[in-house]
Amino acid sequence: MSAPDQESQPIADFKSRLDLFRLLCQAAAALAVLTLGWILYEIIYGAWPSINKFGWNFLTTAAWVPNREKFGVLPFIIGTVASSGIAILLAFPLGISIAIFLNENFLARPVRQTVRFVVEMLASIPSVVYGLWGIFVVIPLVKGFGDWATVHLSGVPIFSGPAYGNSLLTASIVLAIMILPTITAISRNSLAAVPHTLREGAYALGATRWEAILGVIVPSAAPGLVAATILALGRAMGETMAVAMLIGNSSRLSWSVLSPSGTLAGLLANQFGEATGMQVNSLMYAALILVLITLLVNLAGEAILRYTQRKTAGIH
Amino acid sequence: MDTIGTHSLDFFKTDKHEASRALSRSLQNRFLTLLCIALSLATLVPLVSIVILVLKNGLPLLSLHIFTELPPAAGMAGGGFGNAIIGTLVMVGIALAIAAPVGILSAIYINEYAPISRLAKTVRLVAKLLTGIPSIICGVFAFAIVVMRTGYFSAYAGGVALAVLMLPTILLTAEQALTGVQSAYREASYGLGATRFQTIIRVVLPDALPAIMTGIMLAVARAAGETAPLIFTALFSQYWANSLSEPTASLSVLIYNFSTVPFPHQIQMAWTASLVLVAFVTTANIIAQTAFSRKH
Repeated sequence: MSAPDQESQPIADFKSRLDLFRLLCQAAAALAVLTLGWILYEIIYGAWPSINKFGWNFLTTAAWVPNREKFGVLPFIIGTVASSGIAILLAFPLGISIAIFLNENFLARPVRQTVRFVVEMLASIPSVVYGLWGIFVVIPLVKGFGDWATVHLSGVPIFSGPAYGNSLLTASIVLAIMILPTITAISRNSLAAVPHTLREGAYALGATRWEAILGVIVPSAAPGLVAATILALGRAMGETMAVAMLIGNSSRLSWSVLSPSGTLAGLLANQFGEATGMQVNSLMYAALILVLITLLVNLAGEAILRYTQRKTAGIH
Repeated sequence: MDTIGTHSLDFFKTDKHEASRALSRSLQNRFLTLLCIALSLATLVPLVSIVILVLKNGLPLLSLHIFTELPPAAGMAGGGFGNAIIGTLVMVGIALAIAAPVGILSAIYINEYAPISRLAKTVRLVAKLLTGIPSIICGVFAFAIVVMRTGYFSAYAGGVALAVLMLPTILLTAEQALTGVQSAYREASYGLGATRFQTIIRVVLPDALPAIMTGIMLAVARAAGETAPLIFTALFSQYWANSLSEPTASLSVLIYNFSTVPFPHQIQMAWTASLVLVAFVTTANIIAQTAFSRKH
């Protein structure tokens, strides 16, 4: 490629030469794009027999009995939505406060940097280690809380007993810790992108620091905070190992957060290895549902993020 | 801390109503600050708990033969997880061999050749969407294209799954790295008569290399810790692997398998494997963020 004597070649000839490297790069880019389509194609292809057989009923049936070829993922869809929903409820206030904390100067820079480092570390711990930690730390805590709650809060349906350690609540708490870095990082970026002039304006009108934060800065960054939450939701829904190790993987429907539940990702993790026949097709169908939900959630989050970036571009 | 509150106290000294209002605003301000600090410092609790437990439960078994011996059978004592460490390294290596060229070449295309083309925009969007795809879906994909086609679980299948997982990270960080190269460098290179290929290979890539390596190390760190894509592609094995086309052990799957058995020794080994894995991932992350960081 590195043409030994360029000067002897006429420029026109040189320019019209086929740029092999460009083609190679283009092919790589095309492959990267095709990967997503390929993933979807393979999953739909694998799921097709099950889609044909069960159709929409697959989504509304609460039965997963492989040896009788009865498949329905309703409990797992509910479990996925419930576990990630509770995780967001727990992680949102924490994540936003950390983002505000990192964006303000309450404490000295080294403290802020430590907190930032800790949050980044949380992102790098493997899911399976969270699972192991959850088994030995969070499960006993939740079991203890559950035993107390079933006695003292027995009127509340979400705390109805009996209380298990492997429960929806356990999985949600660990999920909340795992998605904290996502919420914090994106929220912090959108808080930092709020123009300084807005803050100065609020101070000039006599606002206290928190009046400026809650009345001006957070509302201006609100779309970014929403995007952070949505992207974290997508994360939580796809999170597999920690959830599979903690949630109890039950397909029984229950109102109680203290009873075992199951998620789509956990179902795949538990059963794919030894599945055969229609079970594989049905697991592919479940994977298809999971991938469509997460793609939709991520597209929404990405769209909001893009909208805010365009809106705040160029303002300082 | 809240000078505005105290100033207004002075200012409205004459007006009792205003003074109490200013006081309550000042108190509210102080309360929210404390709340925010408390919540932020609360995040230290889970991390410290994880680190302490991993060290406390993982260190006792940590010794040299843990790296050289095979995992113990159910209920047996002794042993190590040498095959799992090699398995993890091999599969991350396979993944890197697939994802790094595709990712970097794509990044070159969308940043150097056709930054505003429709293909480039699609690549960026698809890469963002791929980062959001659950890692277990990468496993399902590799199961479909490798395990179902070949008929057996293998290190290849695990490698393919991890490659899909790594691709978006490598692609997006490489693109950022290329964007970071000053256009003056490119112009100077063209000015000296270099072709586009020469400019990319001799000027742009060397300048962007540290940042590209950062992305690669981040992708390696993430892939090494993943379990979900491996449990039904590479599966697990109690033995040393003879080839790449047989079930292969990995650290993360070993932790998963051993954490659910009722034998204390196996559970202890899961903690030790966690310690090794966390140490590896953290080292990779630190290397990514320090050793290759851009100097200018």
